Amino acid sequence: MVPTNYYIILSAILFGLGILAFIFKRNIITIFMAIELMLNAVNLAFVAFSRALGKPDGEVFVLFVIVVAAAEAAVGLGIIILTARNRRSLNVERVDLLKL
Amino acid sequence: MTASLVIFFVLATVTVLAAISLIVQRHPIHGALSLIVVMVALAGLYLLMGAEFVAAVQIIVYGGAIMVLFVFVIMLLNDGEEERTNFSKLATFAGIPLAVAVAGLIGAAVVHSSSSLPAATANATLTSTKTISLLIFTEFVYPFELTSFLILVAILGAIVLAQREDN
Repeated sequence: MVPTNYYIILSAILFGLGILAFIFKRNIITIFMAIELMLNAVNLAFVAFSRALGKPDGEVFVLFVIVVAAAEAAVGLGIIILTARNRRSLNVERVDLLKL
Repeated sequence: MTASLVIFFVLATVTVLAAISLIVQRHPIHGALSLIVVMVALAGLYLLMGAEFVAAVQIIVYGGAIMVLFVFVIMLLNDGEEERTNFSKLATFAGIPLAVAVAGLIGAAVVHSSSSLPAATANATLTSTKTISLLIFTEFVYPFELTSFLILVAILGAIVLAQREDN
């Protein structure tokens, strides 16, 4: 019997680590992977609450989140390839076209 | 300490260590491999809760399809190690407090409401794959159809983005 709190706290820790990776990494692919880490943390909370409350709705939401993550990965990686082709670099500090 | 608690702590340790490894590693391919470890360990946690369909989808779609896409793009671009630049002061002064605040806020809220939630246990009758599919095709049929439209748009977007300009 694992208490639901443990799952939610693990989910919070993972989400915090995702924020840290998102802010501190310079490689655009790693930043994208940090977003996936945060989505995974949210999925864990969804499943834990779904099991605790006895309703399967949360697991259906997880499936929707996974679908959105897959669509996001396809489009996002396309954008990354375009940026790398134009800028010859994956460092986000070199992508400053909109900077004044 | 029961067996499920031991399994939970082993999987949780693996997950957190691999997530820390994602931050520490300098090369993106090492980060991608760490993320795959996170996803497989999370699938183990889903199995521990008895959500076997979500665990299978997690491994097939996340650990399989999405991460293969990432590894493939890293291989294509062949970028090498992350270079150190003098990153902004804002990241140092706002980043760590923000992450600690978010995790701490959620943790504090969970600890305060500890008694009201029952344990997340494996309950075979609760969410079999049949229950989930029934829900998808009855109550959630409209969002389900919308996701298929979303995937269609994403495919079109990826094709347009990947097209070469010069022809």
